[in-house]
Amino acid sequence: MSNLPAELKYTASHEWIRDEGDGTVTIGITDHAQELLGDLVYVELPDVGRELDAEEACAVVESVKAASDVYAPIAGEVVAVNEALSDSPEMINSDAYGDGWLIKMKVEDGALDDLIDVDAYQAVLDDEG
Amino acid sequence: MGNKTPLYDTHVAAGGKMVDFGGWDMPLNYGSQLEEHHVVRQDAGMFDVSHMTVVDVAGAEAKAFLRNLLANDIAKLTVSGKALYGCMLKADGGVIDDLITYYLDETHYRLVVNAATRDKDIAWIQAQAGRFDVTVTERPELAMIAIQGPNARAKVNGLLSPETAAAADALKVFFAAIDGEWFIARTGYTGEDGYEIILPDRDAVDFWNRLVAAGVRPCGLGARDTLRLEAGMNLYGSDMDEGTSPWSTGLAWTVAMDPADRDFIGRAALEAEKAAGVAMKRVGLVLEGKGVLRNHQRVVAEGVGEGEITSGGFSPTLGVGIALARVPKATGERCQVDVRGKLLDCRVVTPPFVRNGKSCL
Repeated sequence: MSNLPAELKYTASHEWIRDEGDGTVTIGITDHAQELLGDLVYVELPDVGRELDAEEACAVVESVKAASDVYAPIAGEVVAVNEALSDSPEMINSDAYGDGWLIKMKVEDGALDDLIDVDAYQAVLDDEG
Repeated sequence: MGNKTPLYDTHVAAGGKMVDFGGWDMPLNYGSQLEEHHVVRQDAGMFDVSHMTVVDVAGAEAKAFLRNLLANDIAKLTVSGKALYGCMLKADGGVIDDLITYYLDETHYRLVVNAATRDKDIAWIQAQAGRFDVTVTERPELAMIAIQGPNARAKVNGLLSPETAAAADALKVFFAAIDGEWFIARTGYTGEDGYEIILPDRDAVDFWNRLVAAGVRPCGLGARDTLRLEAGMNLYGSDMDEGTSPWSTGLAWTVAMDPADRDFIGRAALEAEKAAGVAMKRVGLVLEGKGVLRNHQRVVAEGVGEGEITSGGFSPTLGVGIALARVPKATGERCQVDVRGKLLDCRVVTPPFVRNGKSCL
């Protein structure tokens, strides 16, 4: 069973979003996503300062198996990226919701309102079977 | 649901992530492909390769038949248990499959062919056999386990009878020992020492479990692919197929043009292609920066032309992106690969990338 923290928001494309309460959010890929990908070996992250549209491809995570795009769940400005993943992409496998975070974004108030919660994401996973 | 090997339930019980491979439900990994890769380079791992097809060829004209069927010349084989790698070609020189032929005696040979090409291989072999006094017998009741790594042979030998262990221990590379229904070959697809053991289906689970107890770690198809890529070994369907000949796919060393009077299927086409000039060659690529090379990415050799990656991936041993690629013959020591629209610098090398646990770069 995948690990699904209840306090996070999610997308149907398997990103998670944590509201940091200061106008910024932290984004990563879910435990389910890293399980599907297998061992991560390379991560390509956006430049800090880049303005992203919602659903814009903004990062690439590559495992031994495949390359997968990561999409910005909401619009905003990239304010930080997880530089440590450059040397240790396997942190996504070992700690998808913690050390394996990908980017931090500055977003508008209310930007998270349309994202799905843990129950809705669980339903997405159940549908995928 | 696909075909299942005798070890299917064992894989599922061990947490194997099962995927379809050529119509067979096979383990991709048992948790971490990277760990499985490293254990083969450093100690001993094993793969269920029972999906591969064993075909026995016997009869007064078995040798003449195989000398016509295969692009390598099995007349080189004169010692029982000796193996030869090579290709089975269409008349136009395209590769139907790559396979290993074992010599048992002058009238008995054993072929091991790929799983995904089984049906067309059997049909082709049967069709060509019609003109010869031979019988072609598929052996679906046999399982096959590959045990690979620097400690693989010692761990296996400890599980065999003293006589069989002595015979196996004495094997030279690319030779097999035969013990009743068991067939122990010092071959592999990883660039490490080890065995590929053909055994009856009914013995497979017990032997697998004894190997686990002896410290041999189960490994899936994922690690098998990164290991063979590091070893610079072709994968049928990726690095060669019916649309490519041995000349442009790094397999020229497996084609025996001598003696000149041996008429094998595809010979005339290969001679014509060579006379006209082979346009492409098979090379290894090493990505200079960070990233991963993938199948079908475009290769750009500045001032020369373009080619394509036929097998790309990440080398767990070297920690860099590597690939096998088909590129214009004049490609030099450097090229670029189109990775998601960016041209990344690569070094052109002669495979293998890794052999016996060590970098060849």
